[in-house]
Amino acid sequence: MKVKALSRSTEGYSRETKNSIHKMPRNTDPSLHGFERAREYKRALNSAKLERMFAKPFVAGLSGHIDGIYTLGKNPWDLDSVLTGSGDGEVRLWSLSAQETAWRAPEAHRGIVKGVCYVPGGKTDRFLSVGTDRLAKVWSRAESAYMKDGVTPEPVATYQGKSAFSSVDHHRNRPMFATGASTVEIWDVNRSEPVSNLAWGADSINAVRMNQTEVNVLASCGTDRSIILYDLRTSSPLAKVVMTLSTNAIAWNPVEAFTFATASEDHNAYIFDMRRMDHASTVLKDHVSAVMDIDYAPTGQELVTGAYDRSVRLWDFSKGHSRDIYTTKRMQRVFCVAYTMDNNYVLSGSDDSNLRIWRARASERAGAKSQRERGAMEYADKLKDRYKYVPEVRKVLRQRNIPKGIKSAQRTKNLMLSSRKNKEENQRKHSKPGSMPRVPERNKPILGVTHK
Amino acid sequence: MERTYRIKQKDLQEHLDISSADKIFDLDLPDFGPYSMDYTRNGKYLLLGGRKGHLATMDWRNGNLTCEFHVRETIRDVAWLHNESMFAVAQKKYAYIYDHTGAEVHCLQKHVEPTALGFLPYHFLLASTGNSGKVVYQDVTEGSVAGEHRTGYGECHVLKVNPYNAVVNLGHSNGIVTMWAPKQAQPLAKILCHQGPVQAMAIDRTGTYMATSGQDGRLKVWDIRNFKQLHEYKTTRPAHSLDISQQGLLAAGYGANVTIWKDALANKVKKPYMQRTVGGTSLSDVMFVPYDDVLGYGTDKGVSSIVIPGSGEPNFDAYVANPFQTKKQRQESEIKSLLDKLAPDTIQLDPNFIGRLDPRTAVQRQREAVARQQQEYTENKATGQYLDNTVRNRTRGRNSTAKRYKRKRQGNIMDLKKLQEMEALEKRMRDNENKKRKVPEAEKGALGKFYEQKRKNN
Repeated sequence: MKVKALSRSTEGYSRETKNSIHKMPRNTDPSLHGFERAREYKRALNSAKLERMFAKPFVAGLSGHIDGIYTLGKNPWDLDSVLTGSGDGEVRLWSLSAQETAWRAPEAHRGIVKGVCYVPGGKTDRFLSVGTDRLAKVWSRAESAYMKDGVTPEPVATYQGKSAFSSVDHHRNRPMFATGASTVEIWDVNRSEPVSNLAWGADSINAVRMNQTEVNVLASCGTDRSIILYDLRTSSPLAKVVMTLSTNAIAWNPVEAFTFATASEDHNAYIFDMRRMDHASTVLKDHVSAVMDIDYAPTGQELVTGAYDRSVRLWDFSKGHSRDIYTTKRMQRVFCVAYTMDNNYVLSGSDDSNLRIWRARASERAGAKSQRERGAMEYADKLKDRYKYVPEVRKVLRQRNIPKGIKSAQRTKNLMLSSRKNKEENQRKHSKPGSMPRVPERNKPILGVTHK
Repeated sequence: MERTYRIKQKDLQEHLDISSADKIFDLDLPDFGPYSMDYTRNGKYLLLGGRKGHLATMDWRNGNLTCEFHVRETIRDVAWLHNESMFAVAQKKYAYIYDHTGAEVHCLQKHVEPTALGFLPYHFLLASTGNSGKVVYQDVTEGSVAGEHRTGYGECHVLKVNPYNAVVNLGHSNGIVTMWAPKQAQPLAKILCHQGPVQAMAIDRTGTYMATSGQDGRLKVWDIRNFKQLHEYKTTRPAHSLDISQQGLLAAGYGANVTIWKDALANKVKKPYMQRTVGGTSLSDVMFVPYDDVLGYGTDKGVSSIVIPGSGEPNFDAYVANPFQTKKQRQESEIKSLLDKLAPDTIQLDPNFIGRLDPRTAVQRQREAVARQQQEYTENKATGQYLDNTVRNRTRGRNSTAKRYKRKRQGNIMDLKKLQEMEALEKRMRDNENKKRKVPEAEKGALGKFYEQKRKNN
């Protein structure tokens, strides 16, 4: 009779050499792994805390301008270079990897530089700048001549406008660009006069943006609180939306050709679908002051906004509240933001003359990760995702250090909005049912839509 | 059917392989009284403590003695902490924690006259009960007491940790088994198990079955999830010690016998699986070795170990408990388990309640929060915390430092003021109720309208 009893030899369970890995036998029987939920929850809580510990989004601040940065232009074909235009008329080209100025034109414009943009296509290194001195200038690092001092560059071409420019954007593949002044003017690169003048209404233009996907469409927003869409093929406007407050900036979704986002004076950003402009498709609410600039991530799923309340906020396109906020004591009013084309960084140009580079995902770090590290991070992300509604974890994940000014402004704003809401509800309760219909939040800012 | 209970260990030794045969041994320690014993979670190290004060730890498979010393006072129970680096001993007056070298590290003065110890490995809590009739939970990583509750049933000698939900089961001298969680002052459940004191208890690793033995000589098997008795075995004497192995084998030590039943929990079996009689001694403690087919038992003449084929879990998970752990692996797993240390208030009868949807509505939650605040306020008031702290109107320009300090001690002034006002309001309402004339029976009902005038005047 042979009796079998458990006997394990150390050979089967120890490693052969010091350089090989340890043998780790597994048994997935749940009775061996107790307290699944509790341990998962504890790990989710730890991951949330670590995420907050590692959330250091600020990368670098590039200084050099002597007046506030009011406009930012990114090159979709080059990750390294970015243009900024400041209030004293200087245009600088920065190298983000070296974190210093690569090229500068100290007296590019006699007034404020209102818009800078690259010529897309990647074939030339030309870029445009427009200013309040009614001039639009084309520059190029490769082709430019220098003035007598050998340092100050000269523009490749100059265009004279009738009134101060406020914005510029270049067509995706044709040699034409659009500027916003008192009307939207379409210029051909080879002509010294604008090819066409698009206008619908009579007020000055805040921003002009050409759609880089549906290349014949452009949008503009003006001080008459309107957003107007134009078609280049017919050289005429398509539709006009009048809002309750004016729009400061527009950004087209790089992935969905018919979606654009607007940064409004009423502290919100709105995402519109061009085909149905009677309501905003999403309302992004979190800022406590006018939203100055907005940009889409190259994936089309995230947005970045910069506001007059000295903060930069990041958003998910489907959620109505920001997923992160970046502030610094040294950063004053943010006038322009951009999302870099590698989806990893966010740039902000502000009143304090600094261009700041921030991480798009504050807790993540650059660099190649080993398989195990990546696995551990994916596990942590999934845990946080599963337990993000449990109060303790939610509290940790939501925690942000918001400056006093913004916090008190939020409190005041919430108090005012809630008292208005209470008043409205009371009125509704004491009036005939149906006499006060509820207006969806998406429809509230829109006064009217007209189609041509 | 083969009469396996007739097989003796000596016979078994001849038919086993060498390494298994080496696991059958006797340690002859006649001087220091009945021995309590404990194995670490991976089954590698054995800790034995004699009643008269002898303590030793060893790697029992190869006989390496790690430490051995004498404490010169009564030892009632011993328990390993999370791994072989520390262990706890229930001595005469207090519980002590010792290092792997035998150096005394802590004297736990909250555990007064402890009789039984239990360690909760995922929560790092040391639970003990004793002659003071209290169950005390101590966090061994921080040193704080996570819970201290009066059982109300006096001295208690039986404590067992349910490995499935980390609930501590106590067996009392009136036959009741109570279940405790650290953060609840009342037991989670009470079961009347025996007519007479509970002598021993064992719980299986899935938390389904519990075996208890009482002084009435009965060994009962319970389904703890439904709190129902399943069946009953008879032992010639009340079993002094019980243990359930990982594969569900039940071992009972009574008198000079150790009896092991196989598959005895779900159904009642007629014959035991194996038996061993030790002549001239009496059994004090039995414990199965995790992940091995070995049963260790302590008697009043020493500690022995026998082979019970089929009792241990054959496939261990190295991330849970590794019998072949190296020093580096032990250090890493200690850190990982400390990071995953669970909070004591997650202990409930159902361990998977975390993350479930809260069925209460927002209004209910608010009401419960207010009720909790009120309860806290009445408790604090009863202890006299607000005696000199009634909220007074702050006078302008007369804020001295003393007054500021006093105001700070009041804590959250807004809530305190609100609660005091609520109390005053309730008192006023109660007084008004009492002042009102009570309506006699005759004036109620259909005839009440004849009395209306009178009632209106009140």
